[in-house]
Amino acid sequence: MTSLSNAVRTVSARWGPFGAIAAIILVAVLIGFLPFVKMSLVVNGFFLGSIFALGAIGLTLIYGILNFANVAHGDYMTMGAYVAMFLVVSVMSSIGLEGQGLGPFTFGYPLLIALPVSVAIVAAGAILLDKAIYSRLRDRSVNVVVISMASLGVAIALRGLVQILWSGDTQQYPRESKQVFHLPMDIRIAPDNIFIAIVAVVLVVAVYLMLTRTKMGKAMRATADNAELALVSGIETKRVIRWTWIIGAGLAATAGILLAVFQAQLLPIMGWKFLIPLFAAVILGGIGNPYGALAGALIIGVSSEVSTQWINPSYKPAISFAIMIAMLLIRPRGLFGGQG
Amino acid sequence: MDIAGIVSYTAGFAVMAGIYAVFALGLNVHWGSTGLFNIGIAGFFALGAYTAALMTTQPPDPAFFEDFIFGGNWAETGFLDLGVDLWFFLSMGAAAIVCGLIALGIGYVTLRLRDDYLAMATLGIAETLRLFFLNEKWVANGSKGLYRIPKFLGEVISPEHYDYLYLAVVLVVLAVLFIAVERAVKSPWGRALRAIREDEVAAEASGKNVFQFKLQAFILGAVIMGIGGALFAHNVRFLSPLTFEPLLATFVIWAMLMVGGSGNNRGAILGAVVVWGIWTGTQFLPSVFSDPNFRFFMIGVLIVGVILFRPGGILGEERRVTRIATGAGADAGEEQNGTRTPTNAGA
Repeated sequence: MTSLSNAVRTVSARWGPFGAIAAIILVAVLIGFLPFVKMSLVVNGFFLGSIFALGAIGLTLIYGILNFANVAHGDYMTMGAYVAMFLVVSVMSSIGLEGQGLGPFTFGYPLLIALPVSVAIVAAGAILLDKAIYSRLRDRSVNVVVISMASLGVAIALRGLVQILWSGDTQQYPRESKQVFHLPMDIRIAPDNIFIAIVAVVLVVAVYLMLTRTKMGKAMRATADNAELALVSGIETKRVIRWTWIIGAGLAATAGILLAVFQAQLLPIMGWKFLIPLFAAVILGGIGNPYGALAGALIIGVSSEVSTQWINPSYKPAISFAIMIAMLLIRPRGLFGGQG
Repeated sequence: MDIAGIVSYTAGFAVMAGIYAVFALGLNVHWGSTGLFNIGIAGFFALGAYTAALMTTQPPDPAFFEDFIFGGNWAETGFLDLGVDLWFFLSMGAAAIVCGLIALGIGYVTLRLRDDYLAMATLGIAETLRLFFLNEKWVANGSKGLYRIPKFLGEVISPEHYDYLYLAVVLVVLAVLFIAVERAVKSPWGRALRAIREDEVAAEASGKNVFQFKLQAFILGAVIMGIGGALFAHNVRFLSPLTFEPLLATFVIWAMLMVGGSGNNRGAILGAVVVWGIWTGTQFLPSVFSDPNFRFFMIGVLIVGVILFRPGGILGEERRVTRIATGAGADAGEEQNGTRTPTNAGA
């Protein structure tokens, strides 16, 4: 694992973080060519991994900049998915905007409108929660674990709220069954998954450009690196924190909607169940490192899918947990090196 | 409900409150004394309960299509023929040991690292154990669950009065654990834990082996939770993986400790009684208040509210840590559990 990590760093030193991620994708595809591994599982793992990535990038930014493990992150995802459902089923259909089975996809155009609106609502909610809870705790300069504790309370309350508003039963976006694409090597791709991949890639590139090309992005990276140094060099920490929540919660809401499309169902517990793979991805990539989170998410996604060839699929969370424990034993700072 | 009904209902309520108090006490060793963030109490809960149940439940019966193989009232299979009632204690001890061993493993991996890695690891182990008991039917009958878990001293007293007897058992166990934990946290060992909680670097600098102390505290708390699980198994006498959903096996216990006052063992017990009282009492209220989803929501609000507005809970932490230091020195320092000085998280 150490030599693997050295290899990752050599690649990323020469070709940048995306070189390392391309290398991970290449290795995963090569694994798919092995005679005893189904390529279809590897491909499915990429789709799952791209949803993990959206959650994990936000989680690692919050972890790096605000310095606490946001246990409510999964429930921000759940919120995003349910708010979008509310917009599609209750709001838009009442003003005549209805539809499903847009082009090759199962969902209709209302979901495409609901996605950014839901992202905005969840991001605004996250900023409000920060004002009401987390900023007060920061001002009191409590131990970071107490802030995590508060986020556990937020997680429970959010899930309770989802169950009050929309019941605990399984639900769906309005959908229409569609043909899947058949590719060689027995690969079947649902068109929805292509939508998921496109949204994920666009957002990851957008976050990359934001972090590297804008002033705010640079301020965020500086704060993640060294908060005190950032403060004394005149970075407005409050604005940095606000943007961290906007990006983190916005990505989480998107991930929640994509997950609901991927699984073709919504459940109040869906986000909480995602916490283990998300934290595994964050730790694998190194805390506070968004490229690491992306790489970690792809590794976790592919390996938990491929594991289903031999292991009962319901053990998927346990696979991510095992990878996380292995990483903590061998290299707790993560493949890319983070705040470990 | 007539008077007798109310009394027997109260006894049943007190048994569950007492069992939750055991868990709150264990969590207080983790969080209150040492600052260890365990969000997988459900894992230790399930492990303790299943261990105790598997050692005492009757062997699987083919007539009921039971899948498990380990089951076996070891008392009846001839191994150590002590009778069910003595096996009750052995199974409780085994539950404690198994939970302690799992805690040793998790703690060994994570307690050297950032504080919050323990949270991820406990969450992961809780989910992994739940999946294990759900999927591996040969271990504990999967989703069909284990039933026919025997009562302790079941033949001594009539079933309608059994709750009184079991209440006495729970109270005795709780009292023993309370005294043990009180002595432990007021000993030099307990003061070292507090020092670590308040400032890890300073504790390390004064020669304390922080990792060792944290590991010991984590194991002690897990052992107490294992005992709680064993008490629970012999009370409800039916276990399935559904019993150990995080809400009633982790979140409620957190609410109990926070409300009662983390860092205070009396507070942990008081919190268990108060929160369990609110939880069971609200089901008699009209409309929205008895809605389980609303109660779920309120558990979260309660935790956040306590952290924000009353970090010490009802009782708060006892400031005096030793008989020797009295007066100004003992009262010095404003910090309460929720407002401690920041520790170096990277240590």
